[in-house]
Amino acid sequence: MTALMAQIWGVFRKDVLLDLRSGGRLTAVAFFAGMTLLLFSFAAPPDGLSLGLNAAGYLWLALLLASVLALGESFRIEVEDEALEGLRLLPVDPMALYYGKALATTALLVGLCVFVLPGALVLYGVAIKGSWLKMVATLILGCAGLAAPGTLYSAMTSRARGQDVLLPLLLFPLVIPVLVSSVKATSLLLHGDINPGGSASSSHLALLLCFDVVYWSVCGLLFGKVIDE
Amino acid sequence: MTSPAALSRHRERPPDLRSKSGAWYTPAVQLDHLALEAKGLSRGYGRRWALQALNLQLAPGRSLLLAGANGAGKTTMLRLLATTLRPTHGDLSVFGTDARTKPLEVRKRIALLTHRTQLYSDLTALENLAITRMLLGRDAEPEADLALLERVGLAGRGRDRVRTYSAGMRKRLAFARLILQDADILLLDEPFGQLDPSGFAWVDRMIGELMDAGRTLVVSTHLVDRLAPVLRSGLVLSAGRMAWVGAARDLPVALAGELKS
Repeated sequence: MTALMAQIWGVFRKDVLLDLRSGGRLTAVAFFAGMTLLLFSFAAPPDGLSLGLNAAGYLWLALLLASVLALGESFRIEVEDEALEGLRLLPVDPMALYYGKALATTALLVGLCVFVLPGALVLYGVAIKGSWLKMVATLILGCAGLAAPGTLYSAMTSRARGQDVLLPLLLFPLVIPVLVSSVKATSLLLHGDINPGGSASSSHLALLLCFDVVYWSVCGLLFGKVIDE
Repeated sequence: MTSPAALSRHRERPPDLRSKSGAWYTPAVQLDHLALEAKGLSRGYGRRWALQALNLQLAPGRSLLLAGANGAGKTTMLRLLATTLRPTHGDLSVFGTDARTKPLEVRKRIALLTHRTQLYSDLTALENLAITRMLLGRDAEPEADLALLERVGLAGRGRDRVRTYSAGMRKRLAFARLILQDADILLLDEPFGQLDPSGFAWVDRMIGELMDAGRTLVVSTHLVDRLAPVLRSGLVLSAGRMAWVGAARDLPVALAGELKS
């Protein structure tokens, strides 16, 4: 178990280091997310009300689209010079590889939220009326919910022709439950949860947690089969 | 360079593969386990067989020179032995461990050098080695990594990103990573590829050192004349099948005949 944890930590550190080293790619993902937010503001009716009402949806769609870029990049560096084969031969346990990479992608997406959330608040003219703590939890759990199946499918499509098309085609239907829960929880936190004690947002957060547990468990088990030729 | 004495010592050894009723055997060595044992190992891609019915037994510490024309199945064979490719048919055991059921156990004892260097281009050479150490569960040893880089001829370039390296320098770094793995079995696919003449001499020396250290070696190369006097056994593949097997010193002649036919 300790060896597995050490390998997870090793893969996570490697991916974070690679993300930091390729600062241009990080900037591109952040810029893409910001641009998506901006485009949504042009797509909505110019009354200000619709923008505010749909702010949570636009925020999560921007994160989802940016996550596809980040996920594709995460495995491009592994197949570029067959580094993935090198990792398998060290040998790195497939579970360690999966959890290390999924955690690194989650960290990247959460880091992206630091820029995207304030951007959305300013662009769409909304403020956080609910609990900040719950908002942070929603962002972390939502990002984890995107990263878990995303890492699996990114590995699956990394050697396929047309990965750019295949990855969103496979990923988007699977993350609908996560997206719905994240959007509803975020929306309640932005506009105020009228239920006593913010119980509605808590329910959506609990649901999000359940989806995360299922995705992180199942995808971790399947990852070995996916990367095994 | 490998010393002349060491070379002649390797040369005098008898081949460790013998033909017997269509199978290949190591001579009567009393061992608990063979380093590599493949039975009917085959890999197909659609209707085409990249490798068919490979039967191989290699005792610990022995070396095998693998040759054949382009597309003969050499790389497929090495990948199957390294367990990074699943066989369509057949069995493989490494030091008595079944590769199909316990691939992680098997991989702990195998290192593979391929055409691709398996490195991260955005990281420096030292960072690549540090990550390898970390994932092998070893402590960080920057001084040892610097010494290793010096050993492979990359002294002074450890802090440069691999992206700035030439193909030959990347190959040297891949060798450093291979040495770091400290595996019992080394599978080298075209170890001379991309290297300059000084690199050739360096690979010769390293192969000699590995043999002297008792490592099991399988080396695939087109430069058979270079390694035939050094390695012990030879195997020629043709269209995915075992076409010839014998002493490595006889391989160049056998290969020439095979290529003509």
